[in-house]
Amino acid sequence: MEQKNLTCIGCPLGCQLTVELENGEVISVTGNTCKRGDDYARKEVTSPTRIVTSTVKVTGGNVPTVSVKTKSDIPKGKIFDCAKALKEVMVQAPIAIGDVVLENVAGTGVDIVATKGVEASV
Amino acid sequence: MRTCDVVIIGGGPAGLAAAVSAKENGIDDILILERDRELGGILNQCIHNGFGLHTFKEELTGPEYAGRFIEKVKALEVPYKLNTMVLDISNEKIVTAMNKEEGLFQIQAKTVILAMGCRERSRGALNIPGYRPAGVFSAGTAQRLVNMEGYMPGKEVVILGSGDIGLIMARRMTLEGAKVNVVAELMPYSGGLKRNIVQCLDDFDIPLKLSHTVVEIKGKERVEGITLAQVDSNNKPIPGTEEFYSCDTLLLSVGLIPENELSRGMGVEMSPITSGPIVNESLETNIEGVFACGNVLHVHDLVDFVSEEAKAAGKNAAEYVKRNENVGQVTDSGTVCLEEQVIELVPTDGVRYTVPSTIRVAKMAEELTVRFRVGAVYRNAFIGVYFDEERMIHRKRLMMAPGEMEEVKLKKEQLGKYPNLQKITVKVEAE
Repeated sequence: MEQKNLTCIGCPLGCQLTVELENGEVISVTGNTCKRGDDYARKEVTSPTRIVTSTVKVTGGNVPTVSVKTKSDIPKGKIFDCAKALKEVMVQAPIAIGDVVLENVAGTGVDIVATKGVEASV
Repeated sequence: MRTCDVVIIGGGPAGLAAAVSAKENGIDDILILERDRELGGILNQCIHNGFGLHTFKEELTGPEYAGRFIEKVKALEVPYKLNTMVLDISNEKIVTAMNKEEGLFQIQAKTVILAMGCRERSRGALNIPGYRPAGVFSAGTAQRLVNMEGYMPGKEVVILGSGDIGLIMARRMTLEGAKVNVVAELMPYSGGLKRNIVQCLDDFDIPLKLSHTVVEIKGKERVEGITLAQVDSNNKPIPGTEEFYSCDTLLLSVGLIPENELSRGMGVEMSPITSGPIVNESLETNIEGVFACGNVLHVHDLVDFVSEEAKAAGKNAAEYVKRNENVGQVTDSGTVCLEEQVIELVPTDGVRYTVPSTIRVAKMAEELTVRFRVGAVYRNAFIGVYFDEERMIHRKRLMMAPGEMEEVKLKKEQLGKYPNLQKITVKVEAE
């Protein structure tokens, strides 16, 4: 049996959670105060995901970079691949919030979208 | 001299929400003065997500949150000036500002809304001995350089202070290819959100050293490393606990200070606890017609609460303008005796301050939000609110911490039943 320790992120209490696993299956979650802790622990030990936010370079715009995010959460293990892929991206202004700047980042099936508008330089 | 009904100093989240609110409450003659090249303030550099859960019921990044309000300001055609620095506001509400196009100019404002936000405490406030090498940045400066200007401040990083900006920057620098060796925190607990500790430090195996501080910065031209030491309960470094960390960059995330030079200059009375103006129920300062909201008033934890507070300030400024247009025609004679009832809000027993500080019952909204912070970490404690000696609110809180803003709501109807009430006390109670 495997045991994992986590800090719950649901609220400021920050409960110390202990998850017991057997063959990748969650057997029990202890240390939580509420249901949210249980849900969080089960997801976090089986398929942890994150929204990744970063910036990419802009050409022809009034600012040098534009902020971006993954349109939905991606597997935690893909964070660095995602960051690496974004280093190669250069987008042409004008850019609107929500514009896709990179499709299917690092094979996750998730697009990268702009989170800020950039006007073309005059 | 040019006149204006509502002049708003600052085009960040507070200024934007105040402008929208003033407009929606019937004022057209508004002007936002913003010193940066764009509206949105510090939200523009906060590219991480987690903003707006209260306001928009979804998780937005900082620029997206700002974008929602900027769109509103533009749709409502609220005038604003960018790259414009306000130099002075007089006691008579004459605003002196300058920009490249117009040079120096003055505006006679009917009301002023102070929405200048806050700035970071700097190295100078910490008394860290050593030379003054390049490579020491405030976390927010580094954040702007990385996220808006496209520069990396360094490759090997130590962060002092575990507030949310420090934690966020630990992740950000890591994602951009830097190595973050350690985050040190003077206090025995982190002021940052649990979510940020997990997702910004634990995810990347960055150690967090509580009760530690920087006692030496090595390097003459450029930072070469720093020495951390553990501190005792009086925050004094413990000899023999020193540990050297090599780094070329030290980021400081050691607190925020409301930016009130303009407020002080015009004679606004300040609170030594919040370093912001002392305000009444209308978020009005001791100078009539001068309102304050957002981080210039007190440092908030969530931008949603800034927007909410600024909305109230904008509405109150609009009402002030409308009331004064009617001077000489109709007076508030019916409320004169009520107006004399000024209730003092007294923070005590673990509650550090309240905003507002006073309540004029006649002028308060049907429901008033009183915001405050506690001075230490409390578990399983209660918030107690007393009308003079009588306890009116007794609310259990599983956890309270200095990093989290607390609030209680007071109802006008309830206060109206206590015509002789002089003092409302807000405190932390064990039971």
